[in-house]
This record gives sequence, C-alpha cells and structure tokens, in this order.
Amino acid sequence: MENIFTGIAAYLEGLLAGAPPWAQTISMGLLYLVGVLAFIFLNALYLIYLERKISAYMQQRIGPNRLGPHGLLQSVADAVKLLGKEDIIPRGADKWVFIIAPVIIFIPAVMVYAIIPFGKGMIPVDLNIGVFYFLAVASTTTIAILMGGWGANNKYALLGSMRSVAQMVSYEIPLTFSILGVIMLAGSLQTSRIVAAQENVWFILLQPVAFLIYFIAATAEVNRGPFDLVEGEQEIIAGPYTEYTGMRYALFYLSEYANLVSVSALAVTLFLGGWHGPWLPSWLWFLIKVYIMIFIFMWVRWTFPRIRIDHLLGFNWKVLLPLSLANILVTGVGIKIYQLLTLGRW
Amino acid sequence: MAVIREDLQTQEIELNMGPQHPSTHGVYRALLTLDGEKVVKVENIIGYLHRGIEKLAEDRTYTQVIPYTDRLDYLAGMLNNLGYVQTVEKLMGIEVPERAEYLRIIMAELSRLASHMVMVASMALDLSGWTAWFPPFRERERILDLFEMTCGSRLTVSYMRIGGVAADIPPGFLPALEAFLNDLPQMIAEVNHLITGNEIFQARCRGVGKIDLETALAYGITGPNLRACGLPFDLRKARPYGIYDRFEFDIPTLNNGDSYDRFVIRLLEMEQSARIIRQAVAGLPEGPVMAKVPRVIKPPRGEVYHQIEGAKGILGFYLVSDGSNKPYRLHIHSPSFVNLGALPKIAAGGNIQDFVVNIASIDIVLGEVDR
Repeated sequence: MENIFTGIAAYLEGLLAGAPPWAQTISMGLLYLVGVLAFIFLNALYLIYLERKISAYMQQRIGPNRLGPHGLLQSVADAVKLLGKEDIIPRGADKWVFIIAPVIIFIPAVMVYAIIPFGKGMIPVDLNIGVFYFLAVASTTTIAILMGGWGANNKYALLGSMRSVAQMVSYEIPLTFSILGVIMLAGSLQTSRIVAAQENVWFILLQPVAFLIYFIAATAEVNRGPFDLVEGEQEIIAGPYTEYTGMRYALFYLSEYANLVSVSALAVTLFLGGWHGPWLPSWLWFLIKVYIMIFIFMWVRWTFPRIRIDHLLGFNWKVLLPLSLANILVTGVGIKIYQLLTLGRW
Repeated sequence: MAVIREDLQTQEIELNMGPQHPSTHGVYRALLTLDGEKVVKVENIIGYLHRGIEKLAEDRTYTQVIPYTDRLDYLAGMLNNLGYVQTVEKLMGIEVPERAEYLRIIMAELSRLASHMVMVASMALDLSGWTAWFPPFRERERILDLFEMTCGSRLTVSYMRIGGVAADIPPGFLPALEAFLNDLPQMIAEVNHLITGNEIFQARCRGVGKIDLETALAYGITGPNLRACGLPFDLRKARPYGIYDRFEFDIPTLNNGDSYDRFVIRLLEMEQSARIIRQAVAGLPEGPVMAKVPRVIKPPRGEVYHQIEGAKGILGFYLVSDGSNKPYRLHIHSPSFVNLGALPKIAAGGNIQDFVVNIASIDIVLGEVDR
C-alpha cells in the first residue's frame, strides 16, 4: 500500500527508459500533471458534496440524499448540469478579459500542487524554494479575480474584485510571516525537508501562534467564510462571479475548492507533520490530515457571520501583522537559546 | 518624490440594488450612490409589489376584504386580519364573544412571534450567519402548523371574521401550543448562542444604523424599531384594543437605537408574547366563537380609524362607509412603509454591508410597503 503511487510512477518511468532524457522529463511532467488534475477534480467533486453535507448536519438538515447512495452523485449531476448551461457573455463585457479570467484563475490553483509532498517520496517537483514558489504562484489568483470582476462590466463584480485585491494582498503578508517561523525552524524552504524536520515533533507544537495566524490568513486567502467578502452573496450577489455562467462559473468554483485543498495541504506540510504518521501509508495520513483541516475550514464557515471590510483590514494590519512579527522574533530568540543549551554556542 | 497627478480623481457610482437582490427582502429597490464601498445616498424606490389592495377593497364586500389583508404583511397574517375586523366591528358596534377575543389574542401573538422569528432569522442570514437561520424557522414552522390545524392555511390565514373567528380550535391545539411555548426559550437561547453573542455579529451591528429617539419620532417610526430607541410605546398598553388590558406583560426597551438593539428587542418581545399567550390560554373561556352578525354586513354611514400594534409597528385601518355592503374607501397605514421611509436617513454613511444590515434590522415586508 505504501508504495502504490511511487510504484506506478516508477513503472511508467521504466516504460520510457529508451526515450531521450528530455522526452522522459516532459512525459513524466505530464503524468504528474494528470495525477494532480485527477486529485483536484476528485477532491473538488467530493468537497462540494462534503460541504453540503457538513453544513446540513450543522443546520439540522439532511443535505443531498437523492442521487446515488447518500446523495454521493449529487456533485456529478451538478457538474453535468453546468456543462449544459448556456455560456453567456454580457454585451458590455470586456470580452477577452472576461473569457480568459476563469482559465487564468485555474492555472495557479493547479500549479501550486507541484511542491506538495503527498506522501513519502511523492512530490511532483521537489523545488528547493518550494514554499516561496507556493506563495508566489498563489498570489497571482488576485489578478484573475480582478480580471473577472473588471471584465464583466458589472458594478457588483467590480466591487467584489476591489474587495478581493484589498483582502488578498493584505492577508498575504501575515500568511508569509507566519510561515517564516516554520522555515526558521526547518532551515529550508524545501517542502520535503520541512516535512522531514517534523519527524519527531510537529511544528504546530513549536509554532502554535504561527499556525493560528496561518489558518486565519489562509481562510481570507481562499475567500471562505467569515472572510468571504469577495463573493459576499448578501451584499454583492456573487462578486466577480456574478455574470459567469456554465463551465466558466464552474471553473471559478473548481479553483476555489482546489485552493482550499492546497492551503490545507500546505498547512499539513508546514505544521501537522506532513505525511508522517504510524501504521497507515504515508499518503493516507496526508489525506486524513488534509481533510481534518478542510473540516475545520468548513466548520468555521458555517458558524460565523461575515466580517465587514474595514474590520477585516483593520484586523489584518493591527492584529495579525504585529502578532506574526512578534512570533518571528520569539522564534528567533528561542532558536538561539536552544542552540546555546544544546550545542553550548550561539 | 511622489508625483501627484491632479487630473486623477475618484468618482461616485450609482448602484441599483434590487428589485432582484438576495437581501432586499422582496422586490424593494434602492438606488445607492456609492463612494467606493461607502454609501453616500440612498433613494427608496418602491411599487414593484403594488396590487392596489385599497382600491380592490372598494369593489368587495366587507367580508371579502379579509383575505386581502392577509397579503399585506404576509408574515403576520393574523394581525392584519385582527386590525381590519376590529375596524369594521368598531364601525358597527359589534360585541365579540369572550372565547373569540381570547382566541384572537392567542393567534395574534403567535403571528407576532412568527414575524419576529423571520426577522431574527433573516437578519442573521443577511450577515451570512447561515446556521442561525434555522432555529427560528424551525420553531416558526410549528406556529404555522398550529395555524394550519385551526384554519387550514399557514400563511394567508383569513382566520378572523367580523364578529369573531372562523373556527374554534381543534382538540390537539392546546397541547401543541403548550409544547411550542415550552421549547421557545431554548430557541431564543440557541439564537443568542449562535449569533447574538458572536463577536463578528456585534461588531457589525453595534452602532450601525443608529437613529436617535427624536429623529425616529419625526419619521413616524413605530413598533419594535421605536422601542429599540428607548421609548416604551406599545399600543397594546398605551391604547389597549380587544382585551389586551387584561394581560400582564412588559414593554421591553433598549436605548441605543442601532441595528443590534433592533435585533435584540425582537428576541425580548418574543418572550413577552409567549407570556401573553400563556395567560390567554389559562383564561380561555368556553362559549361561541362568533357573535350574531347579519348575513350581509352593512355598516352605518360614517368613517372610522382603528389601529393596532402590528408586528412591525402601528397598523392602522381607515374605513369610510356609505351605508352599502362595500367599503367606500379603505386606507391602510402600514408600519413597514413608514419605517422604510427612514431608511435613507438611517443608512447614509455606512458601507454596503451596513446597508444590508439596516434593511434587515428595520424589518420591512414589501407586501405591506406597496399594498
């Protein structure tokens, strides 16, 4: 069980043994991409179902229960329905910006998976600046949302995308700073090394404040309640997504769930020991931890009302940012004291 | 050195919010002037639900008007019924049997409870507190079940008649009512737990949409919205109609007049309504539920104005009779309409999110605004 995925990869690589090296690299890259895409699609399909079920149970409802056993096929039916929807491009829209925005938002959502260690030896690309790469790529999501909101030529969409820029740009800062603490402990930006450094103790125990900051900032990064101001249904209909229909709309939602999984996966990698765990295969451990994180994200979303935009920004600049800076300071001092105690020198 | 471009400037935008919008509570439309997210000016635009009820009433017999009143504030049908039939009774001088009076009180207060529950639930929902929507609506369902038991309808009840009520309560009614009243405190506790005490909720509602007592009175705001400003004015106490003078209850007031107080006052009033219902059930006499009234209602020539404490404020009916079997003129003073008039004043200066909170907190029903 442990080596099932690495085994498949090795077997496929063996098939390509005769090919020139550049062909091998490209083929394996494509294979990883297919694997990641399958992971994203399956997760997104399941998460839509899971979200509806979890919210239902929190609200004394049953949730989807008609299609398939326990309603499991509901999201498949929804996806099929969306495929059949008319593709509407508003007359006043900036056509090309409007059309490519959903595609552009999906690209970083997939790209960030490159550095996620799904299990022991299961990392698509083991970049030495992995975490930095993740943050850099993820931050481009804002551009796509802004494109969608601007291109739609709708006032609600414009308001939503302006919110998204204000929100995501400011929450990226505490997000990055909270991760810095972990990087200082692990001494590396490489995700495989960060996981390896957590073999004995998970970083959530050493960096509880950083984890909390990361969790809050990540919630804001992926636009989930109580920070779902970008969509803000009650105020601005669906924000930048207001004018989108059919598969374009679905792509936005797909990338939203893909982002949810990726920030959860990064949280697991950075704070919850990655794929480390006894008895079960490493990739299963990873998946379990990711789903625990996702459950907490959903729990928060269905419990709290939405925060107001000025409170949101105030909270970021006045609370989270100083706190994350203080955390870096404390971590640095702590590391030095630890070195002094164990090694007897600075 | 930063270069300051004098030719760059910001511009206010106009945003049509509604008539199709998730949180305008019906077909209300607001023309907002926005400076970024800040609401500079609000203009009410109504009339999308105008059905001409007042005019229609002129071509219906007095009894046939009753179903139209259900469609005013469709969240509290019983109260509208009560207001109308009492107006006609006042004009004709009809004495209503004791049992009918008590049943009317029970139904009216249940209606008020249902209306307040919708307000509490939808205000939570407008703040995206999805989960807090459910406890009030779960309990409201039981009220509607009670209505259905009694008169067959859930929302548009048409239960009251000129001279009494349409039907006596069925055997299972009182136990079901008792069970509902026993579960009510738990529902209120659930709501308080989920949303009233929530940090984000308080941050978004406290001080938002503040209106002081003088301004509120100047705009003619009545009902819970006025009591949230600190004036203990309630027609049930101030000018008791029906048999309200026989019951003991308090008029809860709060002092800030902001959205938060307008929300909390509804929860407090629910408790008082439950108190009234309990007393009415305890004192419920036996007897007929309809007075002896002529088959064809023909009030004497004259005019009458009668007002009751509706769920949203003072609900008044002005009726002119020319001695025929149809009203010569019916005018309805609807609290939602009056309260909505103050919205531009209340909402100016906040941002869009505050605006949504303000609409929810003054609790409008478009059926009543447009009539």
